[in-house]
Amino acid sequence: MTEEISSVVEVDDQEYIINFGPQHPSTHGVLRFVVNLRGEVVKNLQPHIGYIHRGIEKMCEKLTYQQIIHLTDRMDYLSAHMNNEAVCLCVEKALDIEVPERVKYVRTILDELNRIASHQLWWCSFGMDMGGQTCYFYGLRDREKILDIFEETCGGRLLLSYNTPGGLMWDIHPNFQQRIKDFIKYFRKKLPEYDKILTGNVILQERTKGIGHLSLEDAISYGVTGPTARASGFSCDVRKNYPYSAYDKVDFKEILYTEGDTFHRYLARMEEMRESMKILEQLVDNIPAGDFTAKMKPVVKLPEGEYFQRVETSRGELGVYIISKGDKFPYRIKFRSPNFCNLATMNLMASGFKIADLIAISGSMDLVIPDIDR
Amino acid sequence: MKSIIEYISGIYRGLRSLLIGMSVTGKYFFSPRAIVTQQYPENRHGHGKRSKKQLVMFDRFKGEVVMPHDANNQHKCTGCGICEINCPNGTIEIISVSKVGEDGKKKRAIEKHIYRLGMCSFCALCVKTCPSKALEFSQEFEHAVFDRTKLVKVLNKPGSSLMKGVE
Amino acid sequence: MSFSFDIYDFTSFTKWIDVSLTSYCTPFWAMIWEMLIIGVAILIFYAVVGLFLVYAERKVCAFIQNRVGPNRVGPYGFIQTVADLVKLLFKELVTIKKADKFLFNLAPFIVIIVNFMVIAAIPFAKGLHAVNFNIGIFYMMAVSSMGVIGILLAGWSSNNKFSLIGAMRSGAQIVSYELSVGLSMITMVILAGTMQLTNTYDPVTNQVLVHGIVDLQKDGWFIFTGHLPAIIAFVIFLIAGTAETNRGPFDFAEAESELTAGFHTEYSGIKFALFYLSEFMNMFIVASIAATIFWGGWMPFHLGHIFGDWVSGFNNVMDYIPPFVWYIGKTFVIIWIIMLFKWTFPRLRIDQLLTLEWKYLLPINLINIILMALVVLMGWHF
Ligand code: SF4
Ligand code: SF4
Repeated sequence: MTEEISSVVEVDDQEYIINFGPQHPSTHGVLRFVVNLRGEVVKNLQPHIGYIHRGIEKMCEKLTYQQIIHLTDRMDYLSAHMNNEAVCLCVEKALDIEVPERVKYVRTILDELNRIASHQLWWCSFGMDMGGQTCYFYGLRDREKILDIFEETCGGRLLLSYNTPGGLMWDIHPNFQQRIKDFIKYFRKKLPEYDKILTGNVILQERTKGIGHLSLEDAISYGVTGPTARASGFSCDVRKNYPYSAYDKVDFKEILYTEGDTFHRYLARMEEMRESMKILEQLVDNIPAGDFTAKMKPVVKLPEGEYFQRVETSRGELGVYIISKGDKFPYRIKFRSPNFCNLATMNLMASGFKIADLIAISGSMDLVIPDIDR
Repeated sequence: MKSIIEYISGIYRGLRSLLIGMSVTGKYFFSPRAIVTQQYPENRHGHGKRSKKQLVMFDRFKGEVVMPHDANNQHKCTGCGICEINCPNGTIEIISVSKVGEDGKKKRAIEKHIYRLGMCSFCALCVKTCPSKALEFSQEFEHAVFDRTKLVKVLNKPGSSLMKGVE
Repeated sequence: MSFSFDIYDFTSFTKWIDVSLTSYCTPFWAMIWEMLIIGVAILIFYAVVGLFLVYAERKVCAFIQNRVGPNRVGPYGFIQTVADLVKLLFKELVTIKKADKFLFNLAPFIVIIVNFMVIAAIPFAKGLHAVNFNIGIFYMMAVSSMGVIGILLAGWSSNNKFSLIGAMRSGAQIVSYELSVGLSMITMVILAGTMQLTNTYDPVTNQVLVHGIVDLQKDGWFIFTGHLPAIIAFVIFLIAGTAETNRGPFDFAEAESELTAGFHTEYSGIKFALFYLSEFMNMFIVASIAATIFWGGWMPFHLGHIFGDWVSGFNNVMDYIPPFVWYIGKTFVIIWIIMLFKWTFPRLRIDQLLTLEWKYLLPINLINIILMALVVLMGWHF
């Protein structure tokens, strides 16, 4: 194995190569970093991907547009609802359908709930990467409340499959609004605890401040999006710049920092949770009455052409690109997944820092491996 | 001098942040009410020492696809095959036969509605698209079996027939 | 001499064993028997305490994390760790093809042996200790720092890069933190004026020959009598002691999220269990040293006579609680604090660890020693 790698990577006699992954507690899945180390310092890093490639894009070419939805759940499973929505929005755009207001509101609410849930899971796993294992349980404890909302309305906890081109699978549950209000009240109390236990902690601050710097230029040229890019000062929030669903009706702040280090990537996500709660508060009482789906033909056929739609998932910008030849199946579908582009900057950020920093940096990127491989 | 003050205030701030963190974990240590664990096999029944609250699944929870039968062992599936077409991963297989109905007309009727639980991805398309609302999700979630073939289920019960009035 | 067992004072009990053994056999064989008895007793103690600590840690971290923890095997899951141990005993001992087999097998034993050597010097109750050196504290310091050899050997011989990194980290860590542990102990030695842990008595006249640290805390534990410098020393000792035991937030040698399992990545079965147990026993040892030199070991909580005459009544009440209970109680309070550290803080980075030691703990420690010397010289302590 070593010979095979060293033919690719230049190694001088002071360096040695170590494999982080595919089975490693901190890669959060089957990602492999081939790391050149000199002592404990990372000299070079190569991500190897493809261990969980399932060929989703190819599979989609034999599925109708309704059937595609359930596969997108399985890409970035932590932002399942946003993935669903991306495809739905793209199909609706192609068909030129206006979905009812109610659908837009519910979609936005679920988006933000999903974003909070995803960031909670990120927070706890980041805490665990840093060695503070208690964070993991606090994060999961609070995430459970959101999963309950999902379960009650959508029927699934992680993989929602609640969207369908034209609207939603079924109407929201009567308890939906009350549960969200309860959750906001609950989580407003718990979020300061997150700060007490991790954000304010001197060890965490020392470990993350100034570590893994990503400059604005690099962020743009590598196509980094999401909180990772916004921590570097790249204003790339699709919700703000190209509003979809009900995002044009809500007032929220785009979290921007200029430092671009691990700590600010951390802060960006923490603040996003607060912003998401604000959005939820604005929407939850104002869900308009109406249909939960637009009138759709049972067989959806997109007119011939190429369509693109982007949404902001919890990790960045997800693009859906559909080429249709007028069939009920897409001729080609391509997902521009945020994690894939974010991953490319790993070498840039981690080289020169220690192994422990590598873990902190990859933790702060919030990578979801199935989204990279698809 | 300034650096010394910085040094000492650094120690102070550091220790303070650590103590704040410990106050959170310490508080939880002494508050057993905050325990959120649900003790699983016990909470199915909801009595006994370990679990006071019974586990109730939400009624929309997508456990597995079932075909409800009424008291006369009748279901609503006409054998139209729409669920089979709509299923994205070939989970459902409809084996239908032509039967001569009471009025003497030939009619498609279902012989076997085969559902492979092991392949289902719980997308709910079958349930949603079934024109006669013959399918439903049950809240059953204990699917583990020792033999894979047990995951292949026939949804219509033996000897069942089509409910009256369903076309 | 007739059999006498007194939970307040084990001196007569140990003496009874000694006398009855010498009456049956020659002094040489009596000595051998005594050694055997002590060895077996410590072995049993080790296993029981180790298993209990594993259970305690799992329960403590469970409560901190809003969980229930082990609760299936036995009442409140009490026998869970025994079940785990049995499981580990049955597990396959994986041998690594290219490992240095001799060192690989030796490493866990070194760690365990070091633990035993330290336990031997700990005074558990009045008259209940295996040895009472006149350099007790010094001995503990010297011996407990040898555990790192086991870790280094384990990391080196496993022939695994993760293990090697873990072992090297642990080396750097222990070398530096040994200093802080030592210096904070020395601070207390200055206050005590002795390195011996318990009194030695003249066998004939029963007079105190040398005062021991524990007995000196009769009128108040050192953490109170030594006030400010003693508290500083205690905090430093806790931090440095946690670091020395390789526990979170200083668990670099394992660093689960970075090095998978660090130095014991390649160990399995009972050899892994030995490492695991020794980690907990290390914690126990650090806690009991802290309890001994700062909180008076088995000495009950006594108020000094500066508070007036009523204190002797209070002190008498305190004396009713047996010393062994005092000792265990104090040790477990400190163990709880150390556990709280682990389950609250994120792990430091290796260079921060060294910064913490050389930039903060060491200078503060040195100043603290001067402060303590001043306090002792001027008689500012109680
Ligand atoms: S279950 Fe519904 S969709 Fe499927 S064959 Fe029966 S009637 Fe048709
Ligand atoms: S839920 Fe989806 S995958 Fe499962 S049987 Fe129905 S259509 Fe097929």
